[in-house]
Amino acid sequence: MEVMDAARPVEEGVEVPQRSRRLRLRRPLTYAVMVLLAVFFVFPVVAMVVLSLQPDETQVIADQDSIWAFFPRALSLQNYEDVFARDVGRAVFNSALITVVTVGLGLVVNSMCAYGLARLQWIGRSVVIGAVVALMIVPFQSVSVPLLLIVNRLGWLDTYHVQIIPFVANPFFIFLFYQAFIGLPKEIEEAALIDGAGRWTIYRRIIAPLSRPTFATVGILQALFVWGSFFWPLMVTRGPDVRPLPVAMQVLFSDPNVPLGDVFAFAAVMTLPILALYLAFQKWFVQSVASQGLKG
Amino acid sequence: MATAIEPMSRDRLSDRRRRRGRELLQGWGFAAPAIVLLAVFLVLPFILAIYSSFTDQRLVPNPNLPTKWVGLRNYRRLFADEGFRSGLIFNGIFVFVVVPLQTAFALGLAVLVNQKLRFRNAFRTIYFAPVAVTMVVVAVMWTSFFNPSAGLVNTVLDTISFGFLTPERFGFLNWALDRHGARAAIIILSIWQGVGFQMVIYLAGLQSIPGSLYEAARIDGANPWQQFRHVTIPQLRNTTIFVVLSTTILAFALFDQVEIMTQGGPQDATQTMILRLITFGFRQGQVGMGSALGVFYFVLVVVVAFTQRRLLREERAVA
Repeated sequence: MEVMDAARPVEEGVEVPQRSRRLRLRRPLTYAVMVLLAVFFVFPVVAMVVLSLQPDETQVIADQDSIWAFFPRALSLQNYEDVFARDVGRAVFNSALITVVTVGLGLVVNSMCAYGLARLQWIGRSVVIGAVVALMIVPFQSVSVPLLLIVNRLGWLDTYHVQIIPFVANPFFIFLFYQAFIGLPKEIEEAALIDGAGRWTIYRRIIAPLSRPTFATVGILQALFVWGSFFWPLMVTRGPDVRPLPVAMQVLFSDPNVPLGDVFAFAAVMTLPILALYLAFQKWFVQSVASQGLKG
Repeated sequence: MATAIEPMSRDRLSDRRRRRGRELLQGWGFAAPAIVLLAVFLVLPFILAIYSSFTDQRLVPNPNLPTKWVGLRNYRRLFADEGFRSGLIFNGIFVFVVVPLQTAFALGLAVLVNQKLRFRNAFRTIYFAPVAVTMVVVAVMWTSFFNPSAGLVNTVLDTISFGFLTPERFGFLNWALDRHGARAAIIILSIWQGVGFQMVIYLAGLQSIPGSLYEAARIDGANPWQQFRHVTIPQLRNTTIFVVLSTTILAFALFDQVEIMTQGGPQDATQTMILRLITFGFRQGQVGMGSALGVFYFVLVVVVAFTQRRLLREERAVA
């Protein structure tokens, strides 16, 4: 019963009088279900933060299966100090650098390609469009081993660029930009052409500002992907110098001598910046994820 | 008059030709950086993957043993490999459990938060939040919650069942140590992290259904369940195709959480294809074997994508 009423679009919220009594009984139930679900989705994050603030390791272990996992008994940054003493700062810096550079280059390269495909007539254009669409289905994992061979020969192991350059161009992001650019009105562009503007100017001054939402969408999507990337860095980084956060986390977690409180502090360091960004730019996050629906 | 038009149209023609020539250069110019990068880091390794899968290529070449053509040997060894077979089994179980569960869960959540309710946006924000949490962190957090003796999950189960659900009575509650427990743990944390993503896609789908369809259904006397069954579900067909398809492909790519939580154990119960791929191609340096697995994985993804699309389309045609 719950389900179908809700399936009605939001705008249809006006209640018909005879239904209202049933609804009045149902509302609290709906809220109860929703609150329970909310608890299910937030409890790990809350427990992570609370336990990371507990400096006493035996207390962390004792508290992690009790109600004290959710209510801080101690507010100490000791674990954070310990974790940063283990050079977590380096991993934070590495991940931030790799993410920022990849996303920055990616936005330019992918949107430029899409502009060329969407607005210019050139021989080979339709072949490139077909290739981009076909490449969308190739999973990275299936090309990873030969790619490892290539970067190994190039002497790129244990560098920043081995974690950046292969992920700049992305067929799916080109496709998202292409769809957005196709939908823009041509008139402004034609007027600018008559006024003597070059294509580069048009791309920078007209197309890019008009498609800011698409840039935000693609940027967030790529940033989430790069920030969480684990599989490839596991293969191409050995030492802590260029190691990104997820690999550093695995190293820390698999060391039995590292206290659990430190692991939780590290997890919080990795998660809280992204969650803060998510809360600040919710609309864009949700939109960027929803845009993946276009892929189908 | 005719002479006046002549030069002008010729002028226009050459102008157009010049413009076309310029667009050819500009077009390639705009697309070139992406084309070069995709060619070097996606197309080239893809071709190399197919080629290497028929050779005994090693990551670190041995000068005394030049790489040679081995035909289908890598594929034969792959299908004879215990670990790879276990991987296929767990990937299969994962797909068959996670895809329907997560899809239904996501639709349920989307329907819940699509209602006109107070705090609706807060609930949406919360349900979607795990998507923003890195999978490695998710796996680390849940590993400690799934600790059989000191973990939160077992304590909660113990409490709500008044001491009935204990690891002593039910083996699988020894999460990481028990075959079924380990599988269940991986499945639970994966759904926890991923369902918000599908919810958002379903939400977009729900909001694109025209309200007039529900009005028409009500006028025809359809009760809420019938409206859901005969308006909402068919209208969400494309959304469902995408959700099922993307969840399946992600399920076959299962890696991060398993690498952190169980490394494929216990006794290969949570082995996966990609875990095997990294073992062959990276840890053992067998590029040939790793490539063969990569090619197999690619073919699997393509086959899944196409059959699923076809199946869903036929289902619709029958209904």
